[in-house]
Amino acid sequence: MKLTENDKKSLLEPIIKNNPVFVQILGICSALAVTTSMTTAFTMTLAVLFVTAFSNVGVSLIRKYIPNSIRMIVEMTIIATLVILVDQLIKAFSYDLSKQLSVYVGLIITNCIVMGRAEAFAIKNGPALSLLDGIGNGLGYGFVLMVVAFFRELFGFGTIFGFTVFKTVQNGGWYAPNGLMVTAPAAFFLIGFMIWIANSISDAKVK
Amino acid sequence: MNNDSILKTFGVAAALCVVCAVIVSVADVSLKGMQQRNKALDRQINILRAAGLVEPKAKVDAKQAAKLFENAKAVVVDLETGKIVEEKPAAEADGIKLDPKDVVEIKKEHDVAKIKYVPKKEIVYLFNDENGALQTVALPIKGTGLWSTMYGFIALNGDLKTVAHIVFYDHGETPGLGGEISNPNWTAKWEGKQALGDGGGPIIRVVKGIAGISSDGPNCEVDGISGATLTCNGVNATVSFWLGERGFGPFLTNLKNGTAYDVKASEN
Repeated sequence: MKLTENDKKSLLEPIIKNNPVFVQILGICSALAVTTSMTTAFTMTLAVLFVTAFSNVGVSLIRKYIPNSIRMIVEMTIIATLVILVDQLIKAFSYDLSKQLSVYVGLIITNCIVMGRAEAFAIKNGPALSLLDGIGNGLGYGFVLMVVAFFRELFGFGTIFGFTVFKTVQNGGWYAPNGLMVTAPAAFFLIGFMIWIANSISDAKVK
Repeated sequence: MNNDSILKTFGVAAALCVVCAVIVSVADVSLKGMQQRNKALDRQINILRAAGLVEPKAKVDAKQAAKLFENAKAVVVDLETGKIVEEKPAAEADGIKLDPKDVVEIKKEHDVAKIKYVPKKEIVYLFNDENGALQTVALPIKGTGLWSTMYGFIALNGDLKTVAHIVFYDHGETPGLGGEISNPNWTAKWEGKQALGDGGGPIIRVVKGIAGISSDGPNCEVDGISGATLTCNGVNATVSFWLGERGFGPFLTNLKNGTAYDVKASEN
């Protein structure tokens, strides 16, 4: 299968240019909650990627049969099913991670990115293109998560993916961890910076 | 047929519900066994960590955990009398069902750990060495820290005086500050400290800053965590409550005097 221009656009645009988090400002809640470590951020990325990709496919497959009056409920049901599936799988295969992610896997259901893509894209486009769009948006979300988690974990705990980079004072090293980084406001600041950078780049292009 | 007709609306809704319900039920039923095993293993590992039998970050599979549990017993302790009322091999501890409503309210002035209720019975783990002598006793503890209820285990050595280990496996304290109570480097500082005084009451406590080591008195102070004084106060209250007379105090005394099993005698 060869990707057409349109396919590529659906897949790649949401990663930077039309990023769901720092351009569309969606999915901020979970970006604050699960970004204290890169491992949890990565798992969350995979979970959201799976849900957006397949909810898009699901909605797209039955888009011609969905009665308009219950359109959103149908989308929600598909999303909820996938979220439960992901939650069950993580609990079965990676119990430690499920403890760290706690309720946030279940809360993917309220992630506006998933619903937003179903409503804005999958309901109007074919399954293949919707799949690419879902993957693209999942990647875009994941990109932000990983960047935020990188800074928070490195400066908050002195580690990356759990491996020690800066040895902290608590563990007998020299690095005094930044307390702000481990709390949610740090993610707000970091995402704020990302929005700022993204906006100033797109402003420069317009001019 | 028109997509928006009432019949079609109901039809699509019903079909979707059936499909989704089947997916969810299949996932739930087929993964349940694995999830329960994970949960049980997680609990076992916490107990083994508390007893100091497993390194804090070591990966342990179900087989290893089962092996380490071979010499262990899970006993149900009546907190008030301090007697053992039921005993099982530790591996079958999940089979012990305690009624969560079977609790006693603690008077406010005694409730240092701020937990309001204590269960009448608790499950305690006793680890024996090869000769059958008591090596470690792991006691479940819980108490209020700065933000949250902290759940953990404190394990005492066979002398029933010194700490073998302590873990907090579930809490919601500030990461990096109070959350350091689950840092193995900090919990390691508890090892070998004297928990109970000669009179039997709890004397161990976390101090501010570096613990003083007095040459004559008991070695019962643990280094504080900087920036986490309130959480440490909570830890102190929790530990002294559970080792005290309203917690496991009577049981520990019985265990030391060899009267913990003396169920019938107490009935007479």
